[in-house]
Amino acid sequence: MAGILAYIAQKNGIVDDGAADFLAAAKKIDAAAPVTAILTGCEADLESACAKIRGMFGETWKVANQALAYPNAELVRKALVKILPAQSILLVAHDHFGTDLSPGLSIKLNATFVSDVVDITGIQGAKLTLVRQEFGGQLSTHVRCDISSGAVLNLRPGAFKAAEAAAVNGTIVDKSAEVGELVAGRRYLQTIAAEAGDVDITREPVLVSVGRGIQEADNISIAQELADAMGAAVCCSRPVVDAKWLPKSRQVGTSGKTVKPKIYIACGISGSFQHLAGIKGNPLLIAINKNSKAPIFQVADLGIVDDLLEFLPELTGKIRELATVSGKERMRP
Amino acid sequence: MEILVCAKRVPDTSENEIELNSAGNDIERDDLVYSINEFDNYAVEEAIQIVARVGGTVTVVTIGGEDDEEILRREMAMGANQAALISDSAFEGSDGKGIATILKSFVQKGRYDLILTGAQAEAGGAQVGGMLAAMLDYPFASLVASIEVLDTKKLKISREIEGGNKEISEIELPCVLSIQTGINEPRYVGMRGILQVQSVPIPTLGAADLNVDHAVIGESAARVKRIDYFIPALGKGAKILEGSREEVIDQLIEAVSAKGGLK
Amino acid sequence: MDGLYSPARATFWLVQGRVLFLILHVLGVACFGFIVAKRLVPLLRAERDPRFDQPLRRLGNVAKYWLGQWRHPRYRFAGILHIVIFAGFLILISRAISVLISGVSYSVPALPGTAGHVYGVIGDYATSVVFLAMIVAAVRRIVLKPARYAVPAKYGKGHAADAIFLLGLIALVMLADSLFEGSKAAIQAQQGQAVEFLAMFSLPWIVKTTLASASWPVLWNTYLGSYLLHEFTFFFLLCYRPFGIQFHVETSLFSIYFAKLDREVLKPVRWGVPDERLDEVKSFGVKTFEDFTWKQMLDFYSCADCGRCSDQCPANAVGRPLSPRFLTSKARDYSFVHYPVLGRANNGSPLVGNIYSDDEIWSCTTCGACEAECPLLVEYIDKIVDLRRGLVDEGKVPQSLQKPLKALESRGNPYGKLEKKRADWTRAKDFQPGGDVKVLNGSNGATTLYFVDSITSYDERMQAIGRATARILDYVGERFGILGPAEKDSGHEVRRFGEELLFGALRDQNTEAIRKAGVQRIVTADPHAFNALRHDYKDLPPVEHISQLIAREVRAGKVRFSPAMGDRVYTYHDPCYLGRHNQVSEEPRAVLDAIPGLKRVEMKRSRDRSFCCGGGGLMLFYEPREEERMGVKRVQMAAEAGANMIVTACPFCMANIEDAIKVAGLEGKMGAIDLTELVDQQIAREVPKDIPVEVEGGDSSLREKSA
Repeated sequence: MAGILAYIAQKNGIVDDGAADFLAAAKKIDAAAPVTAILTGCEADLESACAKIRGMFGETWKVANQALAYPNAELVRKALVKILPAQSILLVAHDHFGTDLSPGLSIKLNATFVSDVVDITGIQGAKLTLVRQEFGGQLSTHVRCDISSGAVLNLRPGAFKAAEAAAVNGTIVDKSAEVGELVAGRRYLQTIAAEAGDVDITREPVLVSVGRGIQEADNISIAQELADAMGAAVCCSRPVVDAKWLPKSRQVGTSGKTVKPKIYIACGISGSFQHLAGIKGNPLLIAINKNSKAPIFQVADLGIVDDLLEFLPELTGKIRELATVSGKERMRP
Repeated sequence: MEILVCAKRVPDTSENEIELNSAGNDIERDDLVYSINEFDNYAVEEAIQIVARVGGTVTVVTIGGEDDEEILRREMAMGANQAALISDSAFEGSDGKGIATILKSFVQKGRYDLILTGAQAEAGGAQVGGMLAAMLDYPFASLVASIEVLDTKKLKISREIEGGNKEISEIELPCVLSIQTGINEPRYVGMRGILQVQSVPIPTLGAADLNVDHAVIGESAARVKRIDYFIPALGKGAKILEGSREEVIDQLIEAVSAKGGLK
Repeated sequence: MDGLYSPARATFWLVQGRVLFLILHVLGVACFGFIVAKRLVPLLRAERDPRFDQPLRRLGNVAKYWLGQWRHPRYRFAGILHIVIFAGFLILISRAISVLISGVSYSVPALPGTAGHVYGVIGDYATSVVFLAMIVAAVRRIVLKPARYAVPAKYGKGHAADAIFLLGLIALVMLADSLFEGSKAAIQAQQGQAVEFLAMFSLPWIVKTTLASASWPVLWNTYLGSYLLHEFTFFFLLCYRPFGIQFHVETSLFSIYFAKLDREVLKPVRWGVPDERLDEVKSFGVKTFEDFTWKQMLDFYSCADCGRCSDQCPANAVGRPLSPRFLTSKARDYSFVHYPVLGRANNGSPLVGNIYSDDEIWSCTTCGACEAECPLLVEYIDKIVDLRRGLVDEGKVPQSLQKPLKALESRGNPYGKLEKKRADWTRAKDFQPGGDVKVLNGSNGATTLYFVDSITSYDERMQAIGRATARILDYVGERFGILGPAEKDSGHEVRRFGEELLFGALRDQNTEAIRKAGVQRIVTADPHAFNALRHDYKDLPPVEHISQLIAREVRAGKVRFSPAMGDRVYTYHDPCYLGRHNQVSEEPRAVLDAIPGLKRVEMKRSRDRSFCCGGGGLMLFYEPREEERMGVKRVQMAAEAGANMIVTACPFCMANIEDAIKVAGLEGKMGAIDLTELVDQQIAREVPKDIPVEVEGGDSSLREKSA
């Protein structure tokens, strides 16, 4: 069996906390095989990242190169092509970076590529069976892929729950020399931070989130009223921002903000993984949706099948009632 | 600038209910409405806007059969200058790499400065663009949210990354970009425009026209194959609150208070 | 020479009066003619517009709206003031001519004898009254400042200064005339000649009395001076008129003569081009000024800037960027700038994006309040539709409308729901109309088609209207059926939002299906469908709204109602496409009044002055920029009238009003019910099917509860 490696993205020395997922996924391919982590970057950032990773992975390959100071997928790809052994199975997170890196990488390695893998269910010789989703998560599919010449697998973040692994003291192997000079047709210039909005949803403990189901801009006030009554803030999923009903600063998800509330009320949100990926910390997730088959009901803790345009005002009314009864009106600061 | 947009005709998820067919091996396709993949539509609009600014032409290509021609006509009605249909029974069953291989042969028959694809389609593969770029040895960027033409050799692009931040890069032409939704506001394609392009001939190219190696396309060459569709067992899932709306509200308030959501 | 003689004989700065004034008259008229000719240039470049048919009917309109000033009293004070001024102008026409003749003829023609005297007296009073009216009008402008004259900052500076200048000029002419006649009479009196009789207390009379003992030079100078003043002011005013709103004095006669006779039929994309040849038309709609028709341009000239249209416009009332008055006035200003009297004409720049904004054009609900109000019969709906056609042609459709339009194209309804589910509302569990609702296929033998249309078919709330309608039809014994999945959206808003070809496709499909059904008449509970089938479609059996059918059956004594219970106070909201556009406002009221014990109050704005609920069809999908919702304003009007239950006869009104009740925070205090639901509830059936259940508080509509 070819070796299993995992590319771990780091930025400014910070490593995504999903790194341990790779170990869980690798176990499903081959329970006994060790997993090698690969990190790229340079100087202090890379060192600090490696230090964290060596506590999880038996072996970590470090690729230090000035050109890799910022993770430019075009350059990282060239580096990986130089150091990956033939027929390797490379695991990458399915995110902005993974989407950028992996398809092209698989071609250069002549390996098989599968994106957005949510489960690995079995292996027979060189045939791996995986689970993916299609149509925005409405249906799942079993996929069989031939990994005899290696594979690059983009794993959905959070799909492979890592069991508490024993801490290890792994070795770090410096592969920088093998990479040589790195040049690519795409050059990183800068990152423009998203505009800070009036409300920082990443600090809010209670969030009322709206999705496409809110139907029109005017209805957002219904969610705002509930938020006001609860002392919460309003956030949203991508379609609401695309339609320009709320500013980008309110978007939760892979291309939006990551939030860690205690309570998250998802109204009219179908539950695409890009949105859910922005919710961390295992809050009490409450879903309100007219469609009983919405994927969000699979991940929520509590579900309410109802028309949010009618349910929310009643909920707000009841909460206000209780507040006045208890003599305390909870106001937003 | 000569721009090529690779498009795909997909079931319109917003207008359809996607369900398993009775045999369980595909979705129920009888009543589906198909249209161009939303991401690809944004890409065509972007191409048309770029060409309006700097001159050139927009070509739209798709791989499929007769039915898929309608999206080519629609994009021409929108403003694309020409279109091509790549069709051959040998192409059926190709996986993402096979598709990219076929497209590569098409690209090499022409001279394109910029190739656009949608970031992903209904299968969520998000792979053809990146694969095509690697096969052509063109630089690539995914999830592009804005394009600025710097000169005939370079573009300035932004990519959407985590936190709503934008990653700004310079990229050399020719290159491949996969386009994210929201990059622009696609114009409306009215019935009139569609009627006007109804009889415009759209060339069809087969495997022979493209000099494609049969060994790397089609079902036999596919290394990734879908076995079935299924609806996963719901597992734990959410606890659906039952009762009248009032009762549900009470239960909800109880749960939220317990977690400290209402002081 | 001593004694009185006409100014023609007098010498002015070494020039004899006759020569001077002849030259002045010729120059003045030529100048006016030249200016008018220049103003006609864009009309010659405009699109054609056949308005020369039915002369008798058109003359009838002239008699009613121009001579009769029919629309003016709708705003009482201003209307009466204008009628007075208008009457004065008409009376003074011949007076003005005879004054002018005095400048070029040695003898002044006058009506002989009593007739002459009577005319003189009338003329004197007319002059005085017009003069007074000018003062009153000026005071209104300066002191009272009616809201509808205000010019919001974004449209430029106010028009009050221009208005007062104009009023001043007219007053000056009246004054000059009075000074002339008055001084003439004073001279005659002093000379012992026969005095031209002046009406007592009229302005000329005042002048004559004041000057009775003035010296000869004063009298003579006043006489000639006032004549000069009259001449110059008159011709200045004449030539000034084509430069602003005052042009309506000349053009109003024409704009009313050529006004649209069949208001409900939308202007075709291009006159003279039938549907089959539309593909020959290179550009659809109005994109540049020259794409307007000559009559539409004449409208821009004829607008008197009275502001009544915008005052009634619901979009304007809720702060949308649309104000019909400024739609017209911006176009007029554009034409003055691009087709100047002096200088070259330059044309051809796009209107939307320059003088108009996209939002402005999409904000209109086509309710027709503006057209119902305009005293000059200026047309608006066709212009908005034409502008939208132009935008659609360019692909500039708001994103929020693209989805429903695409759904209409692929599925025949704006919701994107499956065609085969269009008749599912008939299969609701508790629905018992007394027989199945038949889906027609030509051999059912039904005489009547119930055209349901999309919202009633697919929207869960509105399906109740469908069921209520079916039960009513069943009760009165109609042999009816529906088209079911063969029915497509009527396309009413599709057409009014500028997608003419998509509308054509829907219309053709529906027409075919209706023909196949072989029915003798059509009934619908949807006023938009009603309007479409009646006016946008051709060669269909007669179409009725359900309220008309019920009213007829009630009149024939075939409907028994049980008494209304509870303490509800009802008010009827006229849907725009039922009341204003199709003049069906009495039948629904007659139906309501036939229900014993039903308390009904009338809102201030009702019938053709009804206030639009927010719009139907595609308007439900559009996201306007507005300060509040039209529906909220309407619901507040209902509360002000003392009602706690709004009855309407349109599913779109129902959607907007129910929504508005929630937004306005009036849940529990105001309810809404459709006419069909109310009638269905109140019908006393042989076997009591329902006991009407009043739902206290909470519900915003009485949901049907069947046995």
